[in-house]
Amino acid sequence: MALMRVTSPHAHNRQTTGQVMQLVLLATLPGVLALTFAFGWGTLVNILLAVIFAIALEASALKLRKRPIKFYLNDYTAIVTAVLLAIALPPYSSWWIILVGIFFSIIVAKQLYGGLGYNPFNPAMVGYVALLISFPVAMTSWPAPIYLTPDELSIPNPINALLIALTIIEQPIIDGFTMATPLDLVRQNDALMIEDLINEYPQFGRWSGYGWEWVNLGFLVGGIFLLQRKIFTWHTPVSMLLAILIMSALFYDGGSSASAGSPLFHLLGGATMFGAWFIATDPVSSAASNKGRVIYGAGIGLLTFIIRKWGNYPDAVAFAVLLMNFSAPLIDHYTQTKPYGHNTQKKS
Amino acid sequence: MRKIWDIHGGVHPNENKTQSLGEPIVLSAIPPYLFVPLSQHIGAPAQPIVKIGDNVLKGQTIASANAAISVPVHAPSSGIIFAIENKSVPHPSGIDDMCIVIKTDGLDQWRERNTNKDFSQLSGDELLSIIRNAGIAGMGGAGFPTAIKLKGKNNKPIDTLIINGTECEPYITADHSLMLENADDIAMGLAILAKIIKPKTILFGIEDNKMDAVNGIEVALEKIDFSAYSDHAIDVEVVSFPTKYPSGGEKQLIQILTGKQVPSHGLPADIGIVCHNIGTAVAIQDAVCLDHPLISRVTTVTGEAVSQPRNYHVLIGTPVSFLLEQSQYRADVSNRLIMGGPMMGFALNDASVPIIKTSNCVLAPTETELPSPPPAQACIRCGMCAEACPASLLPQQLYWFSQGKELEKLEQHNIADCIECGACSYVCPSNIPLVQYYRASKTDIKQREVDHHNAELAKRRFDTRQDRLLRLEQEKIAAKEARQTARKNSNKTDKHVSLTSTASNDSAASSKSTEDRDATIKAAIKRAQEKKSASAATNEDPVARAQAKREAQLEQDQADPEAKLTRAVENAQQRLEKLHIKFSEAKKNNDKNITIIETGLEKAQAKLISSQQALDDHQKISFTNDKA
Repeated sequence: MALMRVTSPHAHNRQTTGQVMQLVLLATLPGVLALTFAFGWGTLVNILLAVIFAIALEASALKLRKRPIKFYLNDYTAIVTAVLLAIALPPYSSWWIILVGIFFSIIVAKQLYGGLGYNPFNPAMVGYVALLISFPVAMTSWPAPIYLTPDELSIPNPINALLIALTIIEQPIIDGFTMATPLDLVRQNDALMIEDLINEYPQFGRWSGYGWEWVNLGFLVGGIFLLQRKIFTWHTPVSMLLAILIMSALFYDGGSSASAGSPLFHLLGGATMFGAWFIATDPVSSAASNKGRVIYGAGIGLLTFIIRKWGNYPDAVAFAVLLMNFSAPLIDHYTQTKPYGHNTQKKS
Repeated sequence: MRKIWDIHGGVHPNENKTQSLGEPIVLSAIPPYLFVPLSQHIGAPAQPIVKIGDNVLKGQTIASANAAISVPVHAPSSGIIFAIENKSVPHPSGIDDMCIVIKTDGLDQWRERNTNKDFSQLSGDELLSIIRNAGIAGMGGAGFPTAIKLKGKNNKPIDTLIINGTECEPYITADHSLMLENADDIAMGLAILAKIIKPKTILFGIEDNKMDAVNGIEVALEKIDFSAYSDHAIDVEVVSFPTKYPSGGEKQLIQILTGKQVPSHGLPADIGIVCHNIGTAVAIQDAVCLDHPLISRVTTVTGEAVSQPRNYHVLIGTPVSFLLEQSQYRADVSNRLIMGGPMMGFALNDASVPIIKTSNCVLAPTETELPSPPPAQACIRCGMCAEACPASLLPQQLYWFSQGKELEKLEQHNIADCIECGACSYVCPSNIPLVQYYRASKTDIKQREVDHHNAELAKRRFDTRQDRLLRLEQEKIAAKEARQTARKNSNKTDKHVSLTSTASNDSAASSKSTEDRDATIKAAIKRAQEKKSASAATNEDPVARAQAKREAQLEQDQADPEAKLTRAVENAQQRLEKLHIKFSEAKKNNDKNITIIETGLEKAQAKLISSQQALDDHQKISFTNDKA
């Protein structure tokens, strides 16, 4: 056998990008299960359709760009993007909403910028925001938790859920199938004390909304699993959560009618945990150094709270992430690490 | 227990060290030919002092170190000099270099040597000269001449001597087996080092995967009273620390043991530390106590493609192929040959290259053991490389800039601090050969510096040349002007002389020619003098030069009124012609200034007539004068 001419190192850790992405997919499982238990089969249908569309669009974009299709599909990144977007969409979204979202994620935000590694913005969040701005009604009608649905029989089974998504059958138009989310209620509230609000609306559940608290805990578990597997460092998610915690504590206002909700309500409400562990940690579009990631994460947390409290949208993780994506290169510029040998003054 | 510091980053590759530790170090056979490179160290190559056909004895100097940073080379065994020529040598670029080829006679006959030296009687300088003459260069990898490192700089006292027994590279066990088998020699080498450096502290660093070596070394060190070799007490300690690659890097080891960091672009000596490898300590002991120059070393031969992985005492210059045969190398299953370890070693072009002073390992892996690198995927900026980097750099940013050849950015991100340990490439999930990019970029930066330097030189040369040409041109002009001035002045004198001569001696026509000749000679002398003074004036400043010129003109005019009048006529004619052209143009274009031009034309005509008149008058006068 001819001797191979390669440069060092010759040894290699056997972990590949594809495996990293598979771990991320695995880690979404607790959150996805919680979503399914709380809101029905819609999320799983979202995921199924999004993955199919993502693979198809990624493959055709690669073909147009004359890139090896199998080689790039094997990195699983398109599937991760699809799953993350599908989780963010309201369950029972129509197929064309999913398709438009995936188109923006895969084609516009990723492939048009040069493919994996070259996208300045988080692809899933670009897709989400494009949909939110284009179809605000569809994107904000979140189904009521199963537990609170008045007629148990009206909850679609898996087949019906798929048919609804494919717009072959209509979504059941019964009162109470969709419901304002707790975040909506708190934002629109200006008359009731928080405690009264919680008593008036059943959606609020134990801490932060029926179903939502379990979904958030599910994503927290998945995130900690990834952290333990060293897929990312603690810096971004922890600083983001801390920023939300501090802001919500500052503006809790003792639960008055002007309150933005309790810290626990914000930490376990909406897309907080999903955003902190699965969106903000996207390495491609985030800051590079650990110090930079602390700033980046804190910025997302801060913006999330600001938009939740004073903005026009009920949840804000997507906007906050995209805004901080903009700032990542700037953060990188000012947060270079101090390499070995630069702490000491050279004696001479 | 001593406090141990941690280094940033690091990785834990499979150690694979047990394979080659099963048996004690064995003496490698003497190969039929030894290929001894002249440059096995950092610095200038040694210069051969033997000729082809010379008989050499084992340990005889065959090439001497003539440069400041260099070490001599010795014959590893007895035989005759077969050739001195370019041969392939162990080098990452796979280049050829000068080697002395010795055809061994198998007798392994030593030169005369003094094997019974008591080093405690020798001074530091004597010890240094022995170490230098024994051809010792750092055995840890870089191969920097040991004597120079030991000498250090006078203004930088060394208070800590660190002995590096880390051996953090996977597979390699050369240092480990040496520590197990030659602990007393290491201790003796350390004593010699202590005598030369006289440090306050000696720290012996060993990773905790070699606890047997730690114990052996501790026992050996206890037998020696190091303080006896210095005027102050020396604190000696063996420190074991957690196994992590690359703890054995000099800078990393210093941080682990002392918590200090070697300044960027600096040396350990800058913070009062010097670091030596245990192999070097043994070589020093051999050289000083046994008069045994550096002609052999311990090399690990390992990997799944050899049936008998083990350590060898091998003569410098032994071909790798010869060494591999002794371990039953199976070329059919070997995918590459690596000199050094799997993290920093380089792949060999062919197996004929020799073992040199820095060759600590020959690794022959199979494809399953160290698979061929898969194609690189896109960088997802996951940051695992930054987590692994022992120099706390941002490898993913460096990679980005390296791809774009943004050399300024690379320097800003301190690519110079990269030690090329390979930890970043090791962890990269996208299989990007990061270190390769950095090496290329470092070369680009070096090349740019060379280019920049050359451009600077060329620019200076060009500027100097331009200045010179300008100066020459000015000198030429000045000389020409001076010549003209002088000539005009002398013309005047000539005329004057001739005038006076005609006035006073108009009747003595016969003597006129001789007098004329005298006057011409005088005028020539005067001209020369004037030329001299004029050129002196021109050198002073242009104003003076202009004044001189004007004065010369005036003088000339006074001396020759006819010329002045002729010039006036000529000027008037020229002006008239110009005005005629202008007038016709103005007429054509119906210019409103036509009347002004007409007046000017009339004036010019008047001027021409008057100047013509003046000239005629003058000519008439001079004519009558001449007649008279």
